[in-house]
Amino acid sequence: MPVSLSPTLMEPLAIRLSPQADKSLVISRNAGEGDKDSLRESHVYVKYGGQSFECGDQSVLDCLTAQGVHIPSGCRSGVCHSCLMCAVEGDVPEKAQEGLKPTLAEQNYFLACACYPQHDIEVVLPNAAMGKLQARVTRIEYLNADILGIWLKPAAPLEYRAGQFINFFKDEYTLRSYSLASVPALDDELFLHVRKVPNGLMTSWMFDHLKAGDNVTISEASGDCFYVAGKPEQNILLIGTGSGLAPLYGIIREALRLGHSGKISLYHGSNTVAGFYLVEELRKLVETHANFSYIPCVSEGVAPQGCAQGMVHDVALKEIPDLTGWRVFLCGNPLMVKAAQQQTFFAGASMREIFADPFG
Amino acid sequence: MSLYSEIGGEAAVNAAVDVFYRKVLKDDRIKHFFTGVDMSKQAAKQKAFLTMALGGPNNYTGEDMRKGHAHLVGLNDSHFDAVMENLGATLTELNVPGHLIAQAAAIAESTRNDVLGK
Repeated sequence: MPVSLSPTLMEPLAIRLSPQADKSLVISRNAGEGDKDSLRESHVYVKYGGQSFECGDQSVLDCLTAQGVHIPSGCRSGVCHSCLMCAVEGDVPEKAQEGLKPTLAEQNYFLACACYPQHDIEVVLPNAAMGKLQARVTRIEYLNADILGIWLKPAAPLEYRAGQFINFFKDEYTLRSYSLASVPALDDELFLHVRKVPNGLMTSWMFDHLKAGDNVTISEASGDCFYVAGKPEQNILLIGTGSGLAPLYGIIREALRLGHSGKISLYHGSNTVAGFYLVEELRKLVETHANFSYIPCVSEGVAPQGCAQGMVHDVALKEIPDLTGWRVFLCGNPLMVKAAQQQTFFAGASMREIFADPFG
Repeated sequence: MSLYSEIGGEAAVNAAVDVFYRKVLKDDRIKHFFTGVDMSKQAAKQKAFLTMALGGPNNYTGEDMRKGHAHLVGLNDSHFDAVMENLGATLTELNVPGHLIAQAAAIAESTRNDVLGK
């Protein structure tokens, strides 16, 4: 949720100091930046789709659009986020990330309309950044009756953040997205939680045929539901249903690893007790970290000792009615995620601090 | 000094957007227009609206406003009035002085005909 920059900030007053083509420098003086002059290379190139375009004093959006490249755009003032792009090479000016969610900014996403690059930059549209790579299945085991744990060793190092997702290919045309439950700094392998979908093309294959030793194709990681370092004292609420635990399991371990000191409260929802998994691992984390709590919630029948009774987001909000200043992660059943998004917002969490990852 | 800087610029808008959007979503007169809408994207639009109403930089045109609201069946003056009321209440809650609220209200009011497709 950005705010647009003042138009005067967007139009650097360029004074060419030297007419020589290649080595000339342009001093751009941005209104509003006081007396601070910044040096800007005169020939800044924007690389997109294998071609380089000279940017001049234009925004990345104007530069590409002028060359006939179609980039989705709307307000052109940094507000609507239609022109979101990702820098795969080069530095993104801070102004181009103003108002973006911190998780997007950390991945070099920026708003093309507000991006006046100081140096050469290579950019792609969101998702185009997801290249493919090979991985070997190292282990498969049931986490509960419906959820399969799949461990993968990528052929090349995969850069990702705990809580992001990858695409998993059955063949060239059949793919599904799965969240990563692993943490790059803690785990050698990628760890996925796959819930069996009745008659599902993908999961039927995974449950019936996939085995350790198989080579598979996956995509690079994507998604903006992950832990960003900073504000270690902030309280964090995490609500997930079913295999929605996967990204949360990664996020929690990453936050604890980085010494997060605020509360980290996990609520995991399931219809019945049989749906819970990684219970031992989570209880162990509770024992070793005083700020971490784990509440399994059953929505049907009577809750046994150690479990809460009710819909998972109802239980969480009843126990934590005031979420002012909290960071919130919501993953799993889309209906739960949608309802919880509104309810946690009403309970005081800021829209910018609510990270939602709905999947079925 | 412009209304936008007097009111506190982007920081003021950031403070206002959550308060304003909560009021809108809880308002029985208008909340049904937001059913099924992506909340995160909608919050960005609310922020764009507030930025404009508070005299901030924006590139919105009447045409955008018309297009953006054309699909809302039954949208009429009473709904626009409800939004105006929420805007005023938000700024009051944030202790914005009355004369600045009046200026913001005047800017928001100027979009009425476009929003309602008149």
